[in-house]
Amino acid sequence: MTDATLHVFRGDKTGGDLRTYQVPVTEGMVVLDAIHYIQQHEDSTLACRWNCKAAKCGSCSAEVNGKPRLMCKTRLDQFMGSPVTVRPLAAFPLIKDLVTDVSWNYRVNQEIPPFTPARDDTGPWRMYPEDVDRMFEFRRCIECFLCQDVCHVLREHDGTSRYYGPRFMVRIAGLEMHPKDTVSRAHLLRGRGGIGFCNITKCCEEVCPEEIHITDNAIIPLKERVADEYFDPWRALLRAFRGRREPRGT
Amino acid sequence: MADWYEARRYDVLVIGAGGAGLRAAIAAAEAGVKVGLVCKSLLGKAHTVMAEGGIAAALGNLDPNDNWEVHFADTMRGGQRINDYRMVEIFAKEAPERVYELERWGGLFDRTPEGKILQRPFGAHTYRRLCHVGDRTGLELIRTLQDRAVHSGVEVLMEVTLSRLLKDGDRIAGAFGYRREDGRFIAIGAKAVILATGGWGKVYKVTSNSWECTGDGCAMAYEAGAELMDMEMVQFHPTGMVWPPGVRGILVTEAVRGEGGILRNAKGERFMQTYDPKKLELSSRDVVSRSIYKEVEAGRGSPHGGAFLDVSHRGAEYIKKKLPSMYEQFLKLADVDITKGPMEVAPTIHYVMGGVRVAPGEGASTVPGLFAAGEVAAGLHGANRLGGNSLSDLVVFGKRAGEHAARYAKGVDGDPRIDDGQADEERRLLLRPFDSGSTENPYELHAELQEAMGTHAGIARTGEGLRAGLDKILSLQERAERMRAAGSLLYNPGWHACRDVRFMLILCEAIFRAAIERTESRGAHWRLDFPDQDAGWGRKNLVVQRGDRGMTVSTRSVPEVPPQLARLLEATA
Repeated sequence: MTDATLHVFRGDKTGGDLRTYQVPVTEGMVVLDAIHYIQQHEDSTLACRWNCKAAKCGSCSAEVNGKPRLMCKTRLDQFMGSPVTVRPLAAFPLIKDLVTDVSWNYRVNQEIPPFTPARDDTGPWRMYPEDVDRMFEFRRCIECFLCQDVCHVLREHDGTSRYYGPRFMVRIAGLEMHPKDTVSRAHLLRGRGGIGFCNITKCCEEVCPEEIHITDNAIIPLKERVADEYFDPWRALLRAFRGRREPRGT
Repeated sequence: MADWYEARRYDVLVIGAGGAGLRAAIAAAEAGVKVGLVCKSLLGKAHTVMAEGGIAAALGNLDPNDNWEVHFADTMRGGQRINDYRMVEIFAKEAPERVYELERWGGLFDRTPEGKILQRPFGAHTYRRLCHVGDRTGLELIRTLQDRAVHSGVEVLMEVTLSRLLKDGDRIAGAFGYRREDGRFIAIGAKAVILATGGWGKVYKVTSNSWECTGDGCAMAYEAGAELMDMEMVQFHPTGMVWPPGVRGILVTEAVRGEGGILRNAKGERFMQTYDPKKLELSSRDVVSRSIYKEVEAGRGSPHGGAFLDVSHRGAEYIKKKLPSMYEQFLKLADVDITKGPMEVAPTIHYVMGGVRVAPGEGASTVPGLFAAGEVAAGLHGANRLGGNSLSDLVVFGKRAGEHAARYAKGVDGDPRIDDGQADEERRLLLRPFDSGSTENPYELHAELQEAMGTHAGIARTGEGLRAGLDKILSLQERAERMRAAGSLLYNPGWHACRDVRFMLILCEAIFRAAIERTESRGAHWRLDFPDQDAGWGRKNLVVQRGDRGMTVSTRSVPEVPPQLARLLEATA
């Protein structure tokens, strides 16, 4: 059995640095296994979040060799014996070691008007596969916030007051495209949601463990929807006659 | 009220934010009371998120002959008739409406070509009954309820561990614990408390359960004097991952078999033809688990001590659509492409049928003001749970517990008194691992208790083994008095583990004590020294309770099924 070398960030709000650990490697081992080994045998105060260890809950997000990843899904053998560096998500305030304060995401979610079907449309509903298939992709999101971490608007430009970030573009797309939803969130997207700040670099798609096409399938169609509602000259004319009542977009 | 803890007050406090807790919180909030919802981790990460195969409800969308009566009969038979029939009746009748309700709240299920909710076959369900979304039904359920809850006025407290129920005389007064982030103590006053804390699969090493499944709620209920029931009934799911070692126990959904997966032994034989020629791979979980166990014991196991499960004949496209996370899980974690060949599987601890004994339909425990719903509550599943019945359990009984707790809270005059003495006692217990005399590593004790459970309370049990296991647990309980923690109270997993281990040791003791008493084989409880069912035991549930001199075990009569329902059991047998 060989050893792996891990450089793990240790510290809290007051500061910290990388500390080095040697961990015995077993077949198929993932980074989270190594972190658990350190907790159990070296230092039980090493803080990290995890729940399912099966890539279903999205808790164990961290930056492994600089890339945002789920630790439970990151095999050690891919690093071919080179040292592995594990740091907390950089876009969120540090609590301790690998744990960050992601509560902002939950506050954003609360600002988004929830699913709202027509009051008298009580079901059971007929919804055809072709009407709902494209929404399943958005519903796959496990809220690991890796896309939020990598988004340069949030990460480098401190944009949490201007842009909801890719996770919530996915969330809103899932609501907007639901055939039974009756609310338009275009105003929110253009305003507090800050969809205009996304300049489609697609970094979020690259790190998504669920391989959701965040930019192509969620953000771009939502941008089009906002453009339709606010910048289409025909609609502007219609608005002038009818007041603010708008037909739903695509 | 003292100044050394954060104080909060609600009418109804819900502990646990999986499916049952969320549904209970929504129901209580809708009833017009002030609701606090506490989760041990972040919102939306609870173990419900790992449910894969589907939610069982007799909609009859594919098989028009399905109805609540058939679902009732299937569930009673699956539980080997020690279920509380009153709970099963409510459950089978209300599950369909709870599924449609999820849909009205934005949940999305796979569809039939006619636009109805699609349903898939599952073990021991007579008809195609499981509404599902590929193999990530739990995620859909929790996300739907989460979004509903946060817009229902429920106040959510994330990353708070509650470790003691507070009482005012005989009745519930709230709960005490700490914030994981910085170890700040917190006392939450409440007129009613709903436990929705899930199971305790983490008392076993090979388990599909997430770290949170340490049974805090059940252990707290025990310490508060509540009766626990059916503790000997622990479910092995037949198919968990086996290799590599780090993934051992991770769930392989029953939907693989529901979608046509075939089990074979090392000789290539479809061994379920021997054990249950009628239902084959879709027999109940206890039967399939035992069959795999017997094949391995007979020397016909797969290289890493399991069986082969093959669904590759369904074709790559179909598998990727219907079982996407299974495909991904095996490819990424085990280097196995399930569209091309078989996966290696073995039984893994999955679910506890036992838990807090509750009044059917209300969720009230034997402690006034204390309610329970979901996996932590006993009675619905009897000796063995059918796949898909847990998700419907969560929403049916979560809703009912929320409603009844709200009604109870409205009837309580004035706020129950928080006793600072009780809070201080718990604080001292929590801080004890920092004392200088402490020496035991909590992770080491956890590993030892898991070893004892795996060895002595596994699929095949004997009286001798169970007694040896109990002795081991009692000695671990003694050592647990001296667990140590290092560092500060700031997000400290080693310190958190100390309380978890104490809880788990209580539940281990309960499992052993109940399993020793039940001298027969029934459902998940298989005694090699008593291999047959016993009619006398079929009329009894075992109840565990805290007595003056430690844990006591007694029996309660299984509620007798009235003739009009008993007829259903015979009609479709």
